[in-house]
Amino acid sequence: MEFKQLVINNSDSIVQKWMEEIDSLKDSNYTATISDELYESTNREFVNVIFTSIRNEGSTKAVEDFSEKIINLGWPLSYITDGLQIFRRVSTEYLLTQSEKVDSNFFTNLSASVNDWVEPLIRELVNEYSGSWEHIVSLQRVALQELSAPLIPVMEGITIMPLIGTIDTERAKLIMENLLEGAIKHNSEVVLIDITGVPVVDTMVAHHIIQAAEAVRLIGATCILVGIRPEIAQTIVNLGIDLSNFPTKSSLKKGFSTALEITGRHVTDLNVKENNIEKMMDSLRGE
Amino acid sequence: MKPQACVNIHKEWDIVGARQLGREMAKDLGFGTVDQARIATAVSELARNIYLYAEQGQICFEIIDTIERRGLCMIAVDSGPGIADISQVMQDGFTTSGGLGAGLPGVKRLMDEFDIRSEVGEGTKIKATKWIR
Ligand SMILES: Nc1ncnc2c1ncn2[C@@H]1O[C@H](COP(=O)(O)OP(=O)(O)O)[C@@H](O)[C@H]1O
Ligand SMILES: [Mg+2]
Repeated sequence: MEFKQLVINNSDSIVQKWMEEIDSLKDSNYTATISDELYESTNREFVNVIFTSIRNEGSTKAVEDFSEKIINLGWPLSYITDGLQIFRRVSTEYLLTQSEKVDSNFFTNLSASVNDWVEPLIRELVNEYSGSWEHIVSLQRVALQELSAPLIPVMEGITIMPLIGTIDTERAKLIMENLLEGAIKHNSEVVLIDITGVPVVDTMVAHHIIQAAEAVRLIGATCILVGIRPEIAQTIVNLGIDLSNFPTKSSLKKGFSTALEITGRHVTDLNVKENNIEKMMDSLRGE
Repeated sequence: MKPQACVNIHKEWDIVGARQLGREMAKDLGFGTVDQARIATAVSELARNIYLYAEQGQICFEIIDTIERRGLCMIAVDSGPGIADISQVMQDGFTTSGGLGAGLPGVKRLMDEFDIRSEVGEGTKIKATKWIR
């Protein structure tokens, strides 16, 4: 108890020593690109949090706010752990210089006492920091999930699902859900699944695609698999997977033409038509 | 011949790590794009089988480089439940998990050499090699 009071009463000199030490970390370390003002003011806030926490024996709000700030600044966890290690060392050294007789018993008591206030703080700050990280990661997961099986209604009756990247079981489930939900919502006659960006088509991926295509067929639409690269076509054949039951096209372009045919449309080149009209007019004039 | 690189399989995403390593080694050895895709797909099948049926195991890759020929060998080992009837699982369409049942026979066709050993209650070891032509 009395050590703690000593540290609190002499916070000025301890803070000063602490500031000097943490400042020396700046250049050699992670925070080299941070402005001096920001570094200094954050350090001050940090040491205030440390002292508030020692005084109130754990003030959660200040700790919470501070660790959130460090994360938002993009500073590493080591800034927090380094800062607390320095605090432990600086306080211990300070207390040692303040005492006349130092024997091993005294030293044991002293370091036990310092650990008593520093360790809960380390635990709390690290937990807060990693908790916020987990929160960010889970938000990004949701964001990624929303991107992982997009469905694009390109025109009345035609929808495209471009797949890019590895397909795991979770994503395969999303593909199926989005495909059916979207095909119904957009009233699709044709759905194109583009696998140009899928690196490996193994039996699991093929199985999911086949199931998705069959489900699309059940709701009365046609599913065309497009973007089958030559090497993927080879491996699918080697695996012995039978895709003959539903339409496949090598490119999105070819698949789209087929989709237009199915929906009773075709692409006309307006320039060519105009030229033809001009030619017709010319020939009429010539008569 | 000694192991050159191994990947532990216990999460689904380890499958991706294993096939990336397989593809990388195949590329370095000079395999063409089609064979790279074949090797990556074979790794994917064996790694997924470990993940699905044995929960965990390992995929190791060995580079074979002799005067006569060069190639890549993959060895999938697990200490899972093992396979009672090997000829059954080597048939197209046989599955105990509602899959396509094309994995093991597919790997045999994707690769040049294929060897499977399994003991019920002991585990499974599958060795498959692709030669550079
Ligand atoms: N490593 C393994 N350990 C135990 N059983 C396996 C293993 N690999 C495959 N099997 C069995 O062999 C069957 C066929 O495997 P596979 O050809 O890959 O098809 P699928 O995985 O689609 O079922 C599996 O359903 C499973 O019962
Ligand atoms: Mg399988």
